[in-house]
Amino acid sequence: MTQMTNMTPVAGAPGRDATALRCRGIVKRYGSVVAVDGLDLEVRRGECFGLLGPNGAGKTTTIEILEGLLAPDAGEVEVLGRRWADHAGELRARLGIQLQDTQLSDKLTVAETLRMFRSFYGSGPDVDELLAMVQLESKRDAWVVKLSGGQRQRLSVACALAGRPELLFLDEPTTGLDPQSRRQLWDVLARVRRDGATVLLTTHYMDEAHALCDRVAIVDRGTVIALGTPEALVASLGAEHVVEFAVTPGSALPPGAALAALPGARDVRHENGTVAVTSTAVHQTVPALLDALAAAGAQLSLLTTHSATLEDVFVALTGRHLRDG
Amino acid sequence: MASRGGASHPLVELTLARFREFLREPEAVFWVFAFPVIMTCALGIAFRSRGDEPTIVGVAAGDGAAAVIDTLERAGGFTVRSIPPEGVERAIRDGEAPVVVVPGHPPTYRFDEARAESQVARLAVDAALQRAAGRVDAFTAATVPIETVGSRYIDWLVPGLLGMNIMSTGLWGVGFAIVQARTRRLLKRLVATPMSRAHYLASHVLNRLVFLVLEAVVIIGFAWLAFDVPVRGSVALLGGLALAGALAFGGLGLLLASRARTIEAVSGLMNLVMLPMWVLSGVFFASSNFPEAMQPFIQALPLTALNDALRGVMIEGLTAQALAGELAILGAWGAVSFALALRLFRWQ
Repeated sequence: MTQMTNMTPVAGAPGRDATALRCRGIVKRYGSVVAVDGLDLEVRRGECFGLLGPNGAGKTTTIEILEGLLAPDAGEVEVLGRRWADHAGELRARLGIQLQDTQLSDKLTVAETLRMFRSFYGSGPDVDELLAMVQLESKRDAWVVKLSGGQRQRLSVACALAGRPELLFLDEPTTGLDPQSRRQLWDVLARVRRDGATVLLTTHYMDEAHALCDRVAIVDRGTVIALGTPEALVASLGAEHVVEFAVTPGSALPPGAALAALPGARDVRHENGTVAVTSTAVHQTVPALLDALAAAGAQLSLLTTHSATLEDVFVALTGRHLRDG
Repeated sequence: MASRGGASHPLVELTLARFREFLREPEAVFWVFAFPVIMTCALGIAFRSRGDEPTIVGVAAGDGAAAVIDTLERAGGFTVRSIPPEGVERAIRDGEAPVVVVPGHPPTYRFDEARAESQVARLAVDAALQRAAGRVDAFTAATVPIETVGSRYIDWLVPGLLGMNIMSTGLWGVGFAIVQARTRRLLKRLVATPMSRAHYLASHVLNRLVFLVLEAVVIIGFAWLAFDVPVRGSVALLGGLALAGALAFGGLGLLLASRARTIEAVSGLMNLVMLPMWVLSGVFFASSNFPEAMQPFIQALPLTALNDALRGVMIEGLTAQALAGELAILGAWGAVSFALALRLFRWQ
C-alpha cells in the first residue's frame, strides 16, 4: 500500500493529511524522575503503530499525554490535526481510549456497561454490533465481575470502540492474559484495522508488536531509540539468527576474540552465564562454535538458536531485556 | 441527528448504572432501608410512654428497713428493692433505683438532683411515707392522663431519624461510589470519553433522589403503622422537603468526595462532617439545649434546617411559606456544594 507520506498538511483543513498523530519533544517529569524525555512520534493514518519497551520506559506516560489525560511539561502534541487545548471535546468524540488499569463496575452486565459507554457518543455501532466485534455475545448478560481476564480486556476494548473511533489507543492491551486470550484480542484488533481505524498501542511483548504493528518505536528511558517496521528493525541487527549457549560450571570458555571470529558472527554478548552470538549464517557458526568449544575443553550445558526478534534488537541497543524492566 | 445505538440519554444511562450498582449491593440496601426501621423500632420501644408503671424505690438494709418496705408495699405503686448500705450511691448512679430511702427518724432520701426521674421518685416516696405517718391530704385532686398523638417523644423523634437518614445515605451513597470509581480508575476512563462531567456528578445526586423517596416512605410508613406517628401537613410538601434534603446532602457528598483518593480518607471526612450534626441538629434531643451564642451556627447547618422543616410538616402541619427559610438553607447548601465540587473535582 502506498502511503501518502509526502503530502504536506493543507492549511485550513487540519486532519485531512496522512498523519493521524504527531508529537515533538514531549517531556514529563515526576519530581526528579524524568518519565518522558523529549520524545518525538508520527503515526500515519490507517497504520497500527506500536510503542515497544520495558516496564517503566515511559510508554504509559507517553500514551496518556497523547490521549490528553496528562499535560506534558514541554513539547507539542497534535492529534487528528487538532490540539488538546483547543478541541478537547471534538477529539474525545473521535478517539477511542483503553487504559491499562481501569476496573469497570463489577455489578453491571456486559451489555449495560456497553450501553452506558455508547450513550456518550453521537454515532457508532449499537450494543449488539459491539458485542459481536469483541465476540462477547454469549456474555451479554453476565456481570463484569464474572468475566475472565481476557473477556474483561475485550469488553474494555469494546468500550473504546463505542464511538467508532478514527484513532484507537490501547495501553498494554494483553498484559497478564493467557496465550489464547491474547490471540482472541489480536483477532479483534485485526477486525478493527480492517474497518480503517488507526491504532496506537503500547506493549512489552515483542511478539505482539511483531504480529500487530506496521511500525514500531522502541522506547527506553523516555525516548525513542529505534523506529521502523518490525522487519527493518530486525534487519538492522545485520544478522537474522541468534545462537545462545552456556557451558557447565568450571568449563573454560573459548577466548572472546575466538568467538567474535566465528564464521557468520556479528556480535557476541555475555549475560548471566549465557553467551549470545548474533549470526548471519547459523549453518557455519554452529559447527565452528562446537570446534572452538572442543578445543577449549569446554562442556556444553545449553545450545539453542532462534531467528532474531525485536527482543534481540532491544538487547543489542540497550544491553537489557524487555522483561527486565 | 445523534443516534445512540439503542442507548438512552447519557444522564439516564449513568443514573441507571448507579441505580443498578446500588440495588445489586445487598449490604447497602440493608443500611439504607432496614437500619432506620430497626432504629425507629428500638427507640420507640425504649421511649414509649409509661404512665402508670410502678416507681422503683431502693431501701437501704438495716434497722427499720422492714417497716419502710412494708409501708411502701401497702401504699401501692412501688417496686421496692433492698440495697446494701454500702451500695447506695452505686445503685443510684447505675440507675438500679432512682431514689433510695435510708430508714431513720426521720428517714433520709438519697437521689440524683440532676435527674428528673430521680426527683419524681423522691416526691412519690415522700408522699407515701408522710401519709403512712399520719399526714392528711387537704384534698384529693382528680387526675386525667393525656396521651395525645403528636406530642409524644416518638412523634418528635421520627422526623429527626428521617433527617439523619437523608444525611447519612446522601453523604455515604454519593461519596463512597465516587471514591470507589476513582480508586478503580473508572473516573479516568470516563473522562477519556466525551461524557459530560456535570452529567456524571448529577447522576449520583439523581440516584439519591430516587432512593430517598423510597427511604422516606419506608421510615414514615413504618412509624405510622407501628407507633401512629402522624403526618399533619401535606405529604407532597414532605416529599419536597426530603428531595431538598437529598439535594443538599448529595451535593455535600460530592464535595467531600471531590478530592479524596481512598475510601478511608473520605470516611474520615464524612464522619467529621456528620458528627457535629448528629449532636447539634436536634436528632435525639432539641438543639435549643445548646447555648444562645451557638444558635446562629446550629441553625445554619443543613441537618438542623431539614429536621426543623420535617417536624414543622409532620407535627405542626406547616405550609411551604412557613418553611421558606429552611428550604433556602437547604437549597444554598446543595447549590454551593455542587458548584464547588464541579470545580474542585479530581478526575484522575
